[in-house]
Amino acid sequence: MSQKKYWGNFGQLNETEAFKQTSKDEFREDLLPLEDLDNGLLQGKTPRRDFLKYLGFSTAAAALAASCNTPVRNAVPYLSRPDDIVPGVAQFYASTYVNGGETISVLVKQRDGRPIKIEGNDLSAITKGGTSARSQASVLDLYDTSRLRHPLQKSGNDFKEVTSFEAIDKMILQAMSSVSGSIVLLTSTINSPSTLKVIEQFLAKYPGSRHVQYDAVSYSGMLLANEMSYGKRYIPSYNFEKAKTIVSLGADFLGTWLSPVEFSSQYATNRRIKKSNPALSRHIQFESMLTLTGSNADDRFTHKPSETGAVALAILAKLNGSVSAPSISDANLAKGIDKAVAALNNSKGEALVVSGSNDVNIQMIVNAINEAIGASGSTIDHSVSSNYKKGIDADMASLLSEMKSGKVGALFIHDCNPVYSYFDGGAFAQAMSKTALTVSFNSTMDETTELCRYIVPSHHWLESWGDAEPKSGYFSFIQPVINPLFKTRQFQSSLLSLAGGNTAPNNVGDTLMVAENPPIKAYENDSYEIFFKNFWISKLGSNSVFETALQEGLVQPASVQSSGNAIADTAVAVTSAVNSMITAKPTFNSASVSSAQSGIGSAKGGNVEIVFYEKVGIGNGSQANNPWLQELPDPVTKVTWDNYAMISPQMAKSLLGIDVMNNKKQGDDYEVHPEKPVIKITVNGRSVSLPAMIIPGVHPSTIAVAVGYGRQSSNKDQSIERIGRSATNAGQNVYPLISFSGVTLASYFAGTAEKTGDKYALAQTQVHGFSENRPVIYETTLSDFKKDPKHILRETKEELEGLIAGGSKDFVKDATIYPDYVKPGVKWGMSIDLNTCTGCSACVIACNAENNISVVGKKEVARYHDMHWMRIDRYFTGNDPLNPEVVFQPMLCQHCDNAPCENVCPVAATNHSSEGLNQMAYNRCIGTRYCANNCPYKVRRFNWLDYNGADSFPNNQKPIIGSYLNEVTEQMNDDLTRMVLNPDVTVRSRGVMEKCSFCVQRLQDGKLEAKKTQNPAVVRNLKTACAQACPTNAITFGNVNDSKSDVFKIRNVEQTDRSFYVLQQLHTLPNINYLAKIRNTDRNIGVMEEEAKKEHS
Amino acid sequence: MIRYRKFFNKAFASFLFILFISFSTSAQDGAALFKANCASCHKIDADFAGPALKGWKDRVPGGDWIHKWVHNPSAMIASDPYAKQLFEKWKPTIMTSFSNLSVEEIDAIMKYVDEFQPAAPAAGAPGTQAAAASQGGSDNSLLYGILTLVLALVALILIQVNKNLRKLADDKSNIQRGKPVPFWRNKTYLMAFVFVLFGIGGYVVINAAIGLGRQQNYEPIQPIYYSHKVHAGTNQISCLYCHGGAQDGKHANIPSVNVCMNCHIAIKEYKGDPIIREDGREVNGTAEIRKLYSYAGWNPDKNEYNPDRNGDGVPDGARPIQWVKIHNLPDHVYFNHSQHVVVGKQQCQTCHGNVQEMNEVYQFADLSMGWCVNCHRTTKVDFLNKETGEGNKFYSIYEKFHDDLKNNKMDSVTVESIGGTECQKCHY
Repeated sequence: MSQKKYWGNFGQLNETEAFKQTSKDEFREDLLPLEDLDNGLLQGKTPRRDFLKYLGFSTAAAALAASCNTPVRNAVPYLSRPDDIVPGVAQFYASTYVNGGETISVLVKQRDGRPIKIEGNDLSAITKGGTSARSQASVLDLYDTSRLRHPLQKSGNDFKEVTSFEAIDKMILQAMSSVSGSIVLLTSTINSPSTLKVIEQFLAKYPGSRHVQYDAVSYSGMLLANEMSYGKRYIPSYNFEKAKTIVSLGADFLGTWLSPVEFSSQYATNRRIKKSNPALSRHIQFESMLTLTGSNADDRFTHKPSETGAVALAILAKLNGSVSAPSISDANLAKGIDKAVAALNNSKGEALVVSGSNDVNIQMIVNAINEAIGASGSTIDHSVSSNYKKGIDADMASLLSEMKSGKVGALFIHDCNPVYSYFDGGAFAQAMSKTALTVSFNSTMDETTELCRYIVPSHHWLESWGDAEPKSGYFSFIQPVINPLFKTRQFQSSLLSLAGGNTAPNNVGDTLMVAENPPIKAYENDSYEIFFKNFWISKLGSNSVFETALQEGLVQPASVQSSGNAIADTAVAVTSAVNSMITAKPTFNSASVSSAQSGIGSAKGGNVEIVFYEKVGIGNGSQANNPWLQELPDPVTKVTWDNYAMISPQMAKSLLGIDVMNNKKQGDDYEVHPEKPVIKITVNGRSVSLPAMIIPGVHPSTIAVAVGYGRQSSNKDQSIERIGRSATNAGQNVYPLISFSGVTLASYFAGTAEKTGDKYALAQTQVHGFSENRPVIYETTLSDFKKDPKHILRETKEELEGLIAGGSKDFVKDATIYPDYVKPGVKWGMSIDLNTCTGCSACVIACNAENNISVVGKKEVARYHDMHWMRIDRYFTGNDPLNPEVVFQPMLCQHCDNAPCENVCPVAATNHSSEGLNQMAYNRCIGTRYCANNCPYKVRRFNWLDYNGADSFPNNQKPIIGSYLNEVTEQMNDDLTRMVLNPDVTVRSRGVMEKCSFCVQRLQDGKLEAKKTQNPAVVRNLKTACAQACPTNAITFGNVNDSKSDVFKIRNVEQTDRSFYVLQQLHTLPNINYLAKIRNTDRNIGVMEEEAKKEHS
Repeated sequence: MIRYRKFFNKAFASFLFILFISFSTSAQDGAALFKANCASCHKIDADFAGPALKGWKDRVPGGDWIHKWVHNPSAMIASDPYAKQLFEKWKPTIMTSFSNLSVEEIDAIMKYVDEFQPAAPAAGAPGTQAAAASQGGSDNSLLYGILTLVLALVALILIQVNKNLRKLADDKSNIQRGKPVPFWRNKTYLMAFVFVLFGIGGYVVINAAIGLGRQQNYEPIQPIYYSHKVHAGTNQISCLYCHGGAQDGKHANIPSVNVCMNCHIAIKEYKGDPIIREDGREVNGTAEIRKLYSYAGWNPDKNEYNPDRNGDGVPDGARPIQWVKIHNLPDHVYFNHSQHVVVGKQQCQTCHGNVQEMNEVYQFADLSMGWCVNCHRTTKVDFLNKETGEGNKFYSIYEKFHDDLKNNKMDSVTVESIGGTECQKCHY
């Protein structure tokens, strides 16, 4: 099995010269200030005088620094300390991350009044404590320097500050009284019951006004299809945990589709291998590009985007013959359809088919398939609706045409950015100029807001009150964890004051129903707080129940309340604000199928087809100014800071003349340099030029491009100031390439692509630091595993035994000359399950936030200077390099008990603790980088430059910004942004090595708690930041010395046959074990076959 | 018979007494409880922030009044006439409720109050003995130094004598040698001298460099002349009353102004022994209390807080006090007070010195890494004794140490043995 090849790029696949060279040379680039000395010291351009200057300067600087007085530091206590704040002790508050309908229940860690970290809320029955990369990163958005700081009024081409909310309300009300035409409130999907109530009041006050919900990435195909099929416009709730067979037609449900955190957690329940009776769900993916979900599939088949409908029809036809199947020309695809149908038939009632298409007809066929396989009532719950997305594309189209004809008198915009994200954003911008009154409640000066007459910026969600109903009957609350940083007002409060306060008949008043002590000051700009509290106190019956609910952050149906919920005892029954289906199995309108079939029949394809997708990090672009998300490598392509045209090797050959598979030279030319050839994509007469990223597994005639990039102010020069430093110059906006079919925004397009001859640099990670073909991953198939669970590690075990001298059996003790040190008390260990790791990258961002990881910017990433302590390695493997299998492997410091890095440090800055931690003492490190050279896992990160402004001479950073450092580092070093730093973790300065510490600050905190409570069980299953963030619980952490801990059980009881250590034959004795990946497929994935061959030979 | 009964009575009484001391809290605990909970506001023989406690029994209505009062004073004020009367006298101050104190503990405190005898000059707060010890250890290095010098001198003279003798011997046997070089021009001597100078110079420079940023004995002038001697020494206020953060988290925390005002709402003048500065000037305690009032926005003449006219939520003029921080650790050091105070059960004085004797606080320890590490090497942890069940039960997981202790391979478990000198215990 060690012959099975895992490759990260084509160079590694083909073992080209360039690859071999680069993998040898770890720190490739020249040292900055010594470039002049390249010709040897004597010929160098740095003469004796310069040398003396440097010498003199450094001596003088040292003397100056030494003789300066120690600064006087002040300690300023509170005037009157709030009872629940002890400076230096963190507090956690339940809240909810909501971004355009996407809803995740979270806990917010607040330290000395500052929110610094987002954690999942374990009580949530929907997300079960999981988080996503974007929710983890949203804490940084709070401190975004480009947030609007006060209300604004347009004046000429610029804006001027409005001094008070009363003043701006007055102006807006006056403008409203004189407008002719309707008043429209345009928002993203809102699933907050109280906000909907506020909107209802606002609309009631102004007859003829209406509320339009608009989603940048539309799901209206699904909504409309369900209306046709089941008579109601809604999205049902999906139960992936009940599905034994999952067929996804292009739905990236683990990455971006609908509610990925919820689905990941459900999906993982059937991807975990139990020791007794190992079983797995079967996941088959049909798609045109390589998505995160497709990467995790057991079997994956590619098709043209225009064939999605045909694939759906073919599946339905084979299932029950209700439709006639179209002909599928691709034999491999046809085989895949047969496989999928067989699997679906095998698990009727326990199967699920989902589709990511926005085409009503395809979604209707998918509904018919789900009816045919008995999904309704089991894997699809129609009695609980999902309220993540509600926007209907036709509503937006009609709004635009009304605006064009001047019928709209006033447009109020909240939490959406149609000028940027609507395909016809240009027309929208023009139409806005025809609208008399335009008001934006967005919190940043985005493309739409900068065209509005009045801006009343809203709070960040961490400053807000609120609620959300992600699924009908499931409520999640938002409570502020910090006073508003700027002079902003919550959108709902703004609406309430525009609606004239108390106009509705019920329970909205200026006073709170329950007296509070101290009484809430009825700030005019906080009127929603009172509204919100009254709303829920009346719903929940009493203030005390409301407070419990707020403390837990949740009210859920009694059936799903976990034992940890205090609210469960009070048996609250809250009726859903959303009218949902009452029956779990609504009647299916089968007549709709035939019309859908004819609709699909008319789908036109082309030689080149373009699909649009969201990236896990950037999504629809609303958080594009978040440097953490921009620097997060895309799980599949590993590219940061840009979008690109994802194409197949076949298309690269035909379009660009680069044969990465067979021509080593061409492959190297493409791969070694960050500069990639640019192609021009033209769809519907609009074109965009993007660098090509060649990824195997993409359908040969498909180009995939990510939305969410290319944010730009209408005035280019103001982009940095208005949109933000990180979003500016990151990628191209491809929304304009989308078009409207009359019913929905289409999902794919036939277009053309041509080579431009230009080049554009893409900053990619994981193009350096390889393991030189030593096996780092083990995998097998379910059937092989059932036959012989021990076969995965047999060969490695034999190899290890061969390494032991003297016939002894203990590899740990006897295969080394070093003594075996005991770990007397706690020994920390981590276990990572490759079966449930989906590559979603929430852990990477969680690590960023917890450990103050630097953002280095695109230029530095391109020079392999990325600083992530935790990376997710993506390997391609399998028999077909053009449609490979994909494995994700989270890679972080392995905390080796016999660590190669420790032995080579000349100053003992890195050494081992009695708890099994590979320690790194930053202020001892002198930056020789020997440790990084000697680390076989390549997890050590060196601070090449002063990324944090932590240098003793702060001005040292300035000159290199623009040349070596990107402007984003300046953004991260702003005093405002620095408020996000975790005060328990040192900010590293230049010239220092750093790496994963196993979140030692959390471990120390946990041990302290255990010692205070005299209870060792507290540290049994402690969680590092990455383990906490993981939506699938793929990462387990704890005290290995404790036989009751989860890690101990996984390693020694439950998963003994799957548990391996990466590169264990080096006798590094890592403290992280991985569990071998097991796929549920009957394909030969090249594991057993190799062994069989060997046995024969 | 009568004699026997007397004896029996005595025996019974002592039996009862033993029962009493073994099942309830003793008067000694009463003293500790008093200091921890009451001393910040009450004195036994004089009015303080609250009334003097001596003779309480004669004043209160009796029964379990005192228990109810301590557990919930504000409820008593609402219902009980004597409590109301007491409140009228002391308002606006209301006693903090101590619902955590058990009836036995309250009895112990009151017992201590009853038995209290005014002591001769203040004995000092608990834990004073720990600090004094580290100063000792007489230094022999001067003696050795002089001895070395003398020996070196003797050696030099002997070498010279030897040289002269050899020269004489050479002259006698007519061996011709070059003109002798005087020792101040002898290269060997010069080199030796340079090396010694280099060694001494290096030693001095390195030591000075190590000392950079260290501030032992740092005693800055504070915005208010706050005397720890008066508060913690004379008035015996527990350290944790003001620096309660030391039990909860990494910072001990300087108390917020409202904590000062808990007592100083009643204590308006300084009437204690005169406080003399180092330069001989006397500190006007009452004036310093007035400074506090200014920070708190309290009007001592009207006995009320200033009105909040500017609408910022605090009395007009109120502002936090900008104390000068004395104990500064570098950013790369993580220090947690609760680890040392709660888990390690260290006295504050161990690191901060006898604060209760300092008028103005100075930095007692040098807070160097060597100082930390030395203490970690020698301090024993509160290790669980599996037989008696004493000690911190967290350490039950250290099976190896339990075995080693049993087999006498190890006599005690120090902080170092559980990893207390490893880098990442303090640097992360």
